[in-house]
Amino acid sequence: MTAASPKKFMFVNRKAPYGTIYALESLEVVLISAAFDQDVSLVFIDDGVYQLKKGQQTKGIETKNFSPTYRALDGYDVEKLYVERESLEARGLTEEDLIVDVEVLGSADLGKLMDEQDVVVSC
Amino acid sequence: MLHIVNKSPSERNTLDTVLRIAQSGSLLLIEDGVYAATRGNAAEGRLRSAMAQLKVYALLPDLEARAVADRIIDGVTTVDYAGFVDLVAGHPNCQSWL
Repeated sequence: MTAASPKKFMFVNRKAPYGTIYALESLEVVLISAAFDQDVSLVFIDDGVYQLKKGQQTKGIETKNFSPTYRALDGYDVEKLYVERESLEARGLTEEDLIVDVEVLGSADLGKLMDEQDVVVSC
Repeated sequence: MLHIVNKSPSERNTLDTVLRIAQSGSLLLIEDGVYAATRGNAAEGRLRSAMAQLKVYALLPDLEARAVADRIIDGVTTVDYAGFVDLVAGHPNCQSWL
């Protein structure tokens, strides 16, 4: 059996990490799709940029701190991480505040990148 | 791309984010998202300016259920469920924004 050619999957994260389960679930789906050798990219928009904020300490809320997982994505060949510049600026954040290396893009460029995908999943 | 929004612009920022990011293609408003397509809603101006680059659709059964079908903004096209399917099939990709 021959493997189907990889599709371009984009996961669009728009929610902060601990208030809802979306961010963690998104990460699970990303790892699964990467295991199927797909061309995966992650986008962080709006409160989704808070998922990447450095220095998360979750002991006090007795919840698993999953932010180190973003640093491990590299090992699953998930290397395309994009953050919207407008979302960072609206929250007083810069690239320096993020736990991983990302590419910061303006809204318009992000829109173009989205148009090129085969599958876009919003989380 | 077909962008699908299902939340009211007064409750979530989803519509504003889509209008900021989407450069072309179509926008389909469904469920509580249809309120954005009604005259007098605070989002009306933003939606009208977006119409220069996006074709805007709203799901008629959702407008009717909410008694706002008669307030639809000029230039917004209403579709039924079959039209919804045609829109999805007629675009290279789509995103149901959460």
